[in-house]
Amino acid sequence: MLAFIVRRLIQSVLVMLAVALVGFALFTYVGDPINNMVGQDTSIEDRERLREDLGLNDPFPVQFFRFVVNAAQADFGISYRHGRPVEDLLVERAPATLELSFAAGLFALFVGVPMGIYTALNRRSWLSKVFLTVSLIGVSLPTFLIGILLILVFSVWLGWLPSFGRGETVQFGWWSTGFLTWDGLTALIMPAITLGLFQMTLIMRLVRAEMLEVLRTDYIKFARARGLSARAVNFGHALKNTLVPVITITGLQLGSVIAFAIITETVFQWPGMGLLFIQAIEFVDIPVMAAYLVLVAFLFVLINLIVDLLYFAVDPRLRVGGGGGQGL
Amino acid sequence: MSARASTTWSGRLGDALWRAWDSDLTYSFLRSPVTIVAAVVALGLIVASVAAPLIAPTDPFALATVDLMAAFTPPVWMEGGDPQFLLGTDDQGRDMLSAILYGMRISLFVGAASVVFAMTLGVGLGLLAGYAGGWIDALLMRVADVQISFPAILIALLIDGVARGILPREVHHEMALWVIIFAIGAPGWVQYARTVRGSTMVEKNREYVMAAHIMGVHPVVIALRHVLPNAMGPVLVIATIHLAIAVITEATLSFLGVGLPPTEPSLGTLIRIGNDFLFSGEWWITIFPGVALVLLVLSVNLLGDWLRDALNPKLR
Repeated sequence: MLAFIVRRLIQSVLVMLAVALVGFALFTYVGDPINNMVGQDTSIEDRERLREDLGLNDPFPVQFFRFVVNAAQADFGISYRHGRPVEDLLVERAPATLELSFAAGLFALFVGVPMGIYTALNRRSWLSKVFLTVSLIGVSLPTFLIGILLILVFSVWLGWLPSFGRGETVQFGWWSTGFLTWDGLTALIMPAITLGLFQMTLIMRLVRAEMLEVLRTDYIKFARARGLSARAVNFGHALKNTLVPVITITGLQLGSVIAFAIITETVFQWPGMGLLFIQAIEFVDIPVMAAYLVLVAFLFVLINLIVDLLYFAVDPRLRVGGGGGQGL
Repeated sequence: MSARASTTWSGRLGDALWRAWDSDLTYSFLRSPVTIVAAVVALGLIVASVAAPLIAPTDPFALATVDLMAAFTPPVWMEGGDPQFLLGTDDQGRDMLSAILYGMRISLFVGAASVVFAMTLGVGLGLLAGYAGGWIDALLMRVADVQISFPAILIALLIDGVARGILPREVHHEMALWVIIFAIGAPGWVQYARTVRGSTMVEKNREYVMAAHIMGVHPVVIALRHVLPNAMGPVLVIATIHLAIAVITEATLSFLGVGLPPTEPSLGTLIRIGNDFLFSGEWWITIFPGVALVLLVLSVNLLGDWLRDALNPKLR
């Protein structure tokens, strides 16, 4: 157990270092940071002095070490475009993205799981076929197109929901929430559906497949033979065993939700981190790009680590065989 | 199986065609109406976009034929429609139908090129990992493990962002198409590599491979001529589904404004342009390219689903 955790932790640290190296290479080799900081009329001597002061003439490992130390303290320098510390920008934008991802995840789970159960239990009903067809279209519709269609119908034609922004927000210290105002909640509906739809179809198909698999097993047959009600068999026995992989996949998908939030945020002009990142790419705002990259990679590594450890805790077979964290 | 053993070129082609017609694949294809419809739609869209210069009513890139006065013409069945523009015109008076045909051509080209790139890279590395084993295998698969946990779109965005930083503005404008193909294709190698590696590790211990080895055939030749054909089935399935994903990714990048420049509008670029006019009521500028994109992706996805089931011996 301990050996597994240690190996897994070392691996995570190595991944983070690799990502940090990419982020640092961006800083160093893409564009000249000095040019981005000073005006046209700064003399060459001043530039050189600034370069020396900032430590840009130090050898590569020294600079990289400094970058890692700073990044570990959430210090990513100053945004070229906004002229403010990057970490302030990210902290300001983070609540918007996290609330959106949270709402999308809830939507995906609470709609996807029941739909999956229904289609598995009633395989031949017409409603199941409708659900499956809808899910196929859901997979083929690009996220941004879903957003545009929703805006067209519910904002332009019907005029029911706001088409951009977060609406009114309430401040709690540094955290701004849209959950507490009517305005904020209505503004959240369409972005959350847009972001969650793909995950919803994924969860639905997964629940359906797992459920069908479990329903075929001997212990379900035995439970039926014992005369248990369909309800007890389906929900007490079958569903419970279905949920382990569902929880794992949902956990792993959390990272994708945050990544795909970039697209949703662009469509709805949602003031989150994704929008910040896209604008950073357009304007080649390297510090913001590097910080976002490191932050998202950190989230991904963290989620993967937690899921792996949970797997280890849940599945006793892994503990016996010396524990290889490979596979799914 | 054909009893004829032809030696002429045309005879051999005939044999191959007969074998293809006689195969299980054709049988399962003809038994699935959804797949036939999907194949017809996909083929129709592909042919229409390849032949765009021949069949499009106008050339949307020829400035001489574009008439600004005709901008925002609605589709022909709506009030104010013009029979000359079947699906209406955009903000610059370009015919939407022609723009969609040309746009799909670009989308398909980028999609296909990135799939070929990812497939070549992935199959090559997969063969190498499976055949060589040892630390090469361990290293490649570690990298694959790490990379697959990041969404492809994020990596594509990053590659595009870096290219923007490194290349001067004019150069980037010219290179945009190739940058995008690289950005979409590069993260895709993992799935090919994993599949091919798995098959290779199984095949390399088979007798025919040993026989070839003893005969002194060069390992590279064994890998390419003997092992690879046995691993191609799953690769084809992945490639089909990857094509749908690549087209969506390209459209997404272009929609986000970090893909192809407006001078070479793909479907995603067209949707982005149309998005600005959603609120003024000119919905057709966005919706028609969107419909074309969905039709293309959906039909390719359906074909991929069918191919996966048809090539899976467990489901027979």
